[in-house]
Amino acid sequence: MSKGTKVPGYMQGKGSRNPRGIIGDREIRYKCSLQNTILDVLRGRPGWQEVPGQNNIQPNVNQANPKQAGQQSTGQQQANTGKSGSGSTTQGTTSGYKGSVRNPQGPGTQSAVPTRLQGDGDWDFYWCDREWLAQNYDTMFLYEHQKILHFRNHYELTRKNLMVKNLKRLKKQTERELGKAEGQSFEFFPTTYELPSEYHIFVEEFKKNPGIIWIMKPAARAQGRGIFLFRRLKDITDWKKGEYQPLSDPNREVPETYVVQRYIENPYLIGGRKFDVRVYVLVVSYNPLKVWLYRSGFARFSNTRFSLDSIEDTYVHLTNVAIQKNAPDYDPDKGCKWSTQQLRKYLSAKHGVEAVKKAFKGIDNIIIKSLQSVQKIIINDKHCFEMYGYDVLFDSDLKPWLIEINASPSLTASGKEDYDLKFGLLNDLLNVLDLENRLTGKEKRVGGWDLLWEDGPILADDGNMECAPNGTTASIPNSFLGCHNERKRQLRELYTAAQSIKKS
Amino acid sequence: MGDSNYSKAYIQALIDELKTSKIYTDLQCAAQVDLAKPTLRLSELKKGVLNGLVNSGWDRKLRNAIYRFLQTNPKLQAPTPPPEHLKEPLVYLRKAQQSWEKRILKSLNSMCTELNIPLARKRPEKDQKEWAQKWTELGIDGPVRIEKTEPKDASEKDLSQIRPVYAPKDFLEVIIGLQNPNYHGSDTPGFYHLWGIVQVPLKVKDIDELRLQYSDMSINQCQSGIDDAQDIPSELFEQERVKLGKKVISANHGPLAQEFSKKGCPTSMRATLWCQILAIEVDEIDILYYEQLKTNVLQHELLVDSLLYKDVKLTATNDDQYFVFEDFLYQVLLPFSRDTHVLKHFDYNSASPPKSYIRGRLGMEEFAVNYPPNGVIPFHGFAMYVAPMCFLFKETITLYYVFREMYIRYFFRLHSISSHPQGIVGLSLLFESLLQTHEPDLFFHLKSVGCHPLKVAFKWLVRAFSGYLSSDQVLLLWDRILAYNSMEILAVLAVAIFSFRKTNLMKVQSYNAAEAVLADLTTLQVIPLIQLSLFSK
Repeated sequence: MSKGTKVPGYMQGKGSRNPRGIIGDREIRYKCSLQNTILDVLRGRPGWQEVPGQNNIQPNVNQANPKQAGQQSTGQQQANTGKSGSGSTTQGTTSGYKGSVRNPQGPGTQSAVPTRLQGDGDWDFYWCDREWLAQNYDTMFLYEHQKILHFRNHYELTRKNLMVKNLKRLKKQTERELGKAEGQSFEFFPTTYELPSEYHIFVEEFKKNPGIIWIMKPAARAQGRGIFLFRRLKDITDWKKGEYQPLSDPNREVPETYVVQRYIENPYLIGGRKFDVRVYVLVVSYNPLKVWLYRSGFARFSNTRFSLDSIEDTYVHLTNVAIQKNAPDYDPDKGCKWSTQQLRKYLSAKHGVEAVKKAFKGIDNIIIKSLQSVQKIIINDKHCFEMYGYDVLFDSDLKPWLIEINASPSLTASGKEDYDLKFGLLNDLLNVLDLENRLTGKEKRVGGWDLLWEDGPILADDGNMECAPNGTTASIPNSFLGCHNERKRQLRELYTAAQSIKKS
Repeated sequence: MGDSNYSKAYIQALIDELKTSKIYTDLQCAAQVDLAKPTLRLSELKKGVLNGLVNSGWDRKLRNAIYRFLQTNPKLQAPTPPPEHLKEPLVYLRKAQQSWEKRILKSLNSMCTELNIPLARKRPEKDQKEWAQKWTELGIDGPVRIEKTEPKDASEKDLSQIRPVYAPKDFLEVIIGLQNPNYHGSDTPGFYHLWGIVQVPLKVKDIDELRLQYSDMSINQCQSGIDDAQDIPSELFEQERVKLGKKVISANHGPLAQEFSKKGCPTSMRATLWCQILAIEVDEIDILYYEQLKTNVLQHELLVDSLLYKDVKLTATNDDQYFVFEDFLYQVLLPFSRDTHVLKHFDYNSASPPKSYIRGRLGMEEFAVNYPPNGVIPFHGFAMYVAPMCFLFKETITLYYVFREMYIRYFFRLHSISSHPQGIVGLSLLFESLLQTHEPDLFFHLKSVGCHPLKVAFKWLVRAFSGYLSSDQVLLLWDRILAYNSMEILAVLAVAIFSFRKTNLMKVQSYNAAEAVLADLTTLQVIPLIQLSLFSK
C-alpha cells in the first residue's frame, strides 16, 4: 500500500530537517518500536533522547486489542515475509495500521494517506521491528553514524527451514574442501527436512528409521505455535487432510512451509524436567564477521516431567515460555527459569569443570558455524546489527543441539531477575555499539559481552589476567557463557582505561 | 587421639556396634579370601592376613567406620550417666522440650479431628499401583488428585486445609520464654540479666575461641568459593586445590576429607567429599532398604505426607532455584518419614518421638507406636534441609542417605530445645552475645527500636540458611559445618550479615524496616563475610 508512494529519505526536503553528521557533543536521538525493557534502557541512558512522535508513542488502540493486530499482521504478512511477529511485543506491523496511529486526525483516510517517513535522519539509533525494516529498508538512506536493528534478510537464519538449508550447504562445502572429519563439527542440528518440498526424501528417511519420534514445526511461526510430535506416518497424513489443507484454504495461496525434524529423545533432564538454554548473541557485522556473546542468559524448564510415553502432551516437550503459560498449573511467580550461571554451576557439580567447558565450547561452535553459514547471504550493512536469541538443548551426553534462532528474542521480563538480566543485556549492547564513542574499539569484553569472533576466533590471551580460566592461555577462546557477570565493575574499569588511552 | 581417653565401656560400645554392622562380616569374608591365598605362610598367618586386609583397602574402611562412631556418639563420662542425661542434662530444658512436644501433638491431633483424616491408613490396592507408577513425578498431582480415585473421602481432603504444624516463629516464642528456675534475674533486671531475648544462661564461645576453631578460614588462607572464582587465574589456587582434592578422594578416608573441606570443597568434588566425611557408601543393602521404605510409602498413607507435601509446595516449589527438584524432595522426604533408623538419634536428642496408640487402646503402652515411624514431625521449612543437596546428587538413593546422615548428625539440633552448644538455644545465644560484643551500637539501636536481632535471624538459623542464601553459598556454608563438625558457623554468619548491612540497619526505626533490609540475602558471598566478622577486628 504505502510502499509505492513512499519517498526515499534522501529525496525529502533536506532543509526542513538537520542532516546530522557524526554525533559530537549533542544528544543521541533514538526511536524504539517496543514498549518493554529496551525502552526503559534507552530512556535511562544519560544523554539519549527519544525522537518525538510516531512509533515510540504507544498507541493505546494497539494495546487494547493486540489480537486484532496480530490477525491483521498474520493475514497480510504471512505470505511475503513469513514472520508473524512475536505476539504483543511487536506492533504496527502493516503500514495501514501504522497510518492510523500516526494520523489520528484522519481516521477515515487512514489507508489512503501514504505513510510518510518523517526523515530517516532524525534518529541516530532505531530499535525497529522486523516488519518495519522489511518495508522501509530499500528506500532508506542512512547516515554514516546511524544504527538500526536487524539486517535486511535476517530470516535466512531465523526461519527454521532456511536455517537448515544454509547449514546443510556450508556443511557440504566444508566436507568438500576440508574432508568428512571437518564436517563432523556440523553435527549439531537434528536431521531436518522441509515440507512440503522435501516430503519424499523425508518419507524415505522415515521408513529407514521406524519407531523414532519426529517433531513438526511451522517454519515461520514463533513461540511454539503449531508444533506437534508424531511417531507414525499416518499421523501426518491425517494432519495433512485435516488442519493442513494447502489448496482448499482460500486464505493461503501457498501452503505453509513446515520443517520436520528428528526429535531428540534423550534430552538432559534436571529433576526429571527438560530444558533449553537461551543464549544471546550480537552480530555487529557480517563482513568481516564480528560476533559478541553475552555471559548471562537462562535455562527454561518444561513445567512437567519428561517422558516419551505421552507424546501428545505438548507441555512436556516444549520449553517455550509462551506455551508453558497455557499449561493448567502454570504458576507465573515461578517462571520456570534458571540463570545460565546457575545451570553451569549445577552441571559442573555433577560432571566436573572440564566436561562443562567442552559442552559450552560446543555452543560456541554452534554460534559460529550457523553465522558463517549465512555470512555470504546476509546483506551486510554497517548500520545494521542484530541480537539473536539462540535456543540450545543439551542431550544426556551434554552435547548441545541447536533448536532455533530468534531475531527478536522476547525482551519482556517475566520477573525481577529476568528484568535485571535483560536490562543489563540491552544496556551493554548499547555499550558495545558505542554511539557515545567512549571506547577504543579494541575491547574484547564490554560489560557482559565477550568478543567471540572477529574474522577469526578471539582468544582470551595475554595480560588479560581476569579472563584466563587456566594456565594454557594460548588456546582458550574468549567465551564465558554462564560465567560471573560483574558487568558494572568491568564497565567502570573499561571506561577508565579507555579514557586514559584516548588522552595519551 | 590417644586410646587412653576412652573409657572401657565406650570402647566396648564401639566394638558391639561394629560387630552388629555389615563391616564385620565384610571383614571376615575378606580375611577368608586372604587366608585362601596360596602365598600365605602358616607361620606368618596373622601378619599376612592383616597385610592383605591393609592392601585391599579394608583398614581404611574400618577406620572410617570407627571414625563415624566417634563422631556420632558423644563420649561417655564415667560413671555412666542415666539415659535422660544423655538426651539433656538440664531438667528445666528437658521439661520445656516435653511441653513443646505436647503442644505440637495437640495441634496435630486437632487438625486430624477437624479435617476428619486419620493419622495413618492403608492405601487401597488401586491407589498403591497408581502411586508406584507416579513415584518419580509425585509433584504433578500431589496426594490430593491421586486420592480422587477414592470416592469415599475424596471431597474433604484438600491440601489447602492442611497447614504446617508450626513455623520457626512459633518455636522462637517458646525459646524466648525459657527460664532457668534456679536463678532470680527475671523480676528485677539485675546483674545476671542478659541483654538479648534468650534468657537461658549457657556457656557459649567467645570470638577468640571461634577464631582458634576456624583458624583454617582466616584471611591469609585461600578458600574454595572465593579464590577459585572464574575471573581469577586458576594457576594461582584452583589447579593445586583440585590436584590435592583428587589425592584426598582417592585415599577415601573420612578425617582426611574433613580436613580438606575446611577450606571448602571444589564444586565438582563436593558430592564425593561429603559422602566420605559422612561415611556413606551406598551398597546393595542400602538400596534394598530404601526400596523397602518406598514400599512402606506406597502401602500406607500418613497425615505427615500431606504436611510434607504442603511444605514442599510452600517452600521449594516456589523457589527459583529449587522448583526443579520438587519430585526429588518427595522421593527423599516420604521415605524418610518411614525410616526407623532415624529413631536412634533420639538417644542423644533432647526430643522424643511422639507416640500414637492403636484405635481404642489409648494410653496402653503395649499398643503404642511411634508416629510418624521416624519420630520427626515436619515443620514449615523442613524440606529446605534437603533442597540444596539436590544440586549434588543425581541418584535419589545417595541423596537420601546423605540427607539422613546430615539430619541425625546436625539438623535435628536446630528444632529441639537443649543445652547442647550446637542446639538452637546455644546458637541463638551465641548469635546474641557475638553481636552484642562486636556491634554493641547496632545491637542497642535495634533493641531500642523494638527489633530484637534474633527475631530476624532465628529463621535463618533454624533452616541453616537454606532457602535464604543462593544455593551455591548454602553448600559452601554446609561444607564448613561438615568440616568443623559444628554448626556454630551459622551464628557467626548471622552476625556477619548484620555487620555487613549495619549502615542501613542503623537507620531503621521499626521491625518491618529491619526485616526489609535483611529480606534478600541471595547476593551475599558467605565465606568473605564470615572471614570479615571473625578475623578483621
